[in-house]
Amino acid sequence: MKKIHFEKHRCKGCGLCVLFCPQKNLRMSEDLNDQGLSYPEEIDPACCTACGLCFRMCPDVAIEVYQQVAKDKKQ
Amino acid sequence: MPNLTRTEVLTDAQTHYCPGCGHGIIHRLVAEVIDELGIREKTIGTAPVGCAVLLYDYFNCDIIECAHGRPPAVATGMKRVQPDKIVFTYQGDGDLAAIGTSETIHAANRGENITVIFVNNAIYGMTGGQMAPTTLTGMFSTTSQDGRGEHGEGPPLKVCELLSSLEGVCYLERTAVSTPKDVISAKRAIKKAFQNQIDGKGFSLVEVLSMCPTDWKLSTAKAVDFVNNEMKTAFPLGVYVDRS
Ligand SMILES: Cc1ncc(C[n+]2csc(CCOP(=O)(O)OP(=O)(O)O)c2C)c(N)n1
Ligand code: SF4
Ligand code: SF4
Ligand code: SF4
Ligand SMILES: [Mg+2]
Repeated sequence: MKKIHFEKHRCKGCGLCVLFCPQKNLRMSEDLNDQGLSYPEEIDPACCTACGLCFRMCPDVAIEVYQQVAKDKKQ
Repeated sequence: MPNLTRTEVLTDAQTHYCPGCGHGIIHRLVAEVIDELGIREKTIGTAPVGCAVLLYDYFNCDIIECAHGRPPAVATGMKRVQPDKIVFTYQGDGDLAAIGTSETIHAANRGENITVIFVNNAIYGMTGGQMAPTTLTGMFSTTSQDGRGEHGEGPPLKVCELLSSLEGVCYLERTAVSTPKDVISAKRAIKKAFQNQIDGKGFSLVEVLSMCPTDWKLSTAKAVDFVNNEMKTAFPLGVYVDRS
């Protein structure tokens, strides 16, 4: 299961999640969402630490982070 | 470790805020605090005039719309009539520190047992970027085109500093939402401001320095830099009063 989930149609393309991801795991998409905006996509899901900083900076709650999944995977 | 998901205290509605606007982050923090404290059923919010005017569309709790600047007066009435309810105001800098200065100061001085969330984005956002009381010295706005201070506008009004002389105040903290660390600290402060009300301790206000990329005419990244470099210098973060 993935560690992060994008609700891409909520995204307004502000880029705050990309700016603050400490793993540089995010970039804005070439594709457009329903609003006609770029949205974040993962560059390398394996490097995501489920730290949640993208969730915390997103003004539109367009990202969810499953920290429990990441923890279970480690064990 | 908890999963980080959308709290049910927020409705499903897509907000009308501009991309990168701090209001959305602050809404989430307030909603999460209401959720974590288990007070949704008895919480009443008061919406301002300003960009957050549609607060009632975004929160799954009772929200009353107030005339511009009057949320502390409306909140006072509601809290006094229904002391078992948890009453918060959510106000911009124009609402709280310009047209509503009087209501703010007197509610604080009376020590009303309410929680005030004060969103300081140094501008009148909703109306298109006019100078606010909190606009920084030298800052451009549509009504300070040579930079604030060139034509007798005076320096920015510092709300936490101003209110800190009042004996009625229980808790004042200035926070920001321009880095993940600030967002986490702001949530702690907001939680404390609600807990103070639950414990009957009196007037608590959390100021949140917030991005307005649209009216600042900056990119999202530059707006974050503006808060971190310029606003935090003019408005130092920290706890100004804590009598809790
Ligand atoms: C009595 C009254 N005066 C003036 C206005 C115009 N007005 C609407 S919003 C606003 C200021 C909004 O700025 P702020 O409170 O900082 O909120 P923001 O939009 O920046 O979040 C003003 C002056 C009004 N709606 N009602
Ligand atoms: S959870 Fe952390 S590492 Fe993963 S994408 Fe978000 S910010 Fe980057
Ligand atoms: S922070 Fe949220 S709204 Fe902004 S680009 Fe990322 S997912 Fe989209
Ligand atoms: S004008 Fe400013 S405060 Fe209002 S929604 Fe846009 S960015 Fe946010
Ligand atoms: Mg404002």
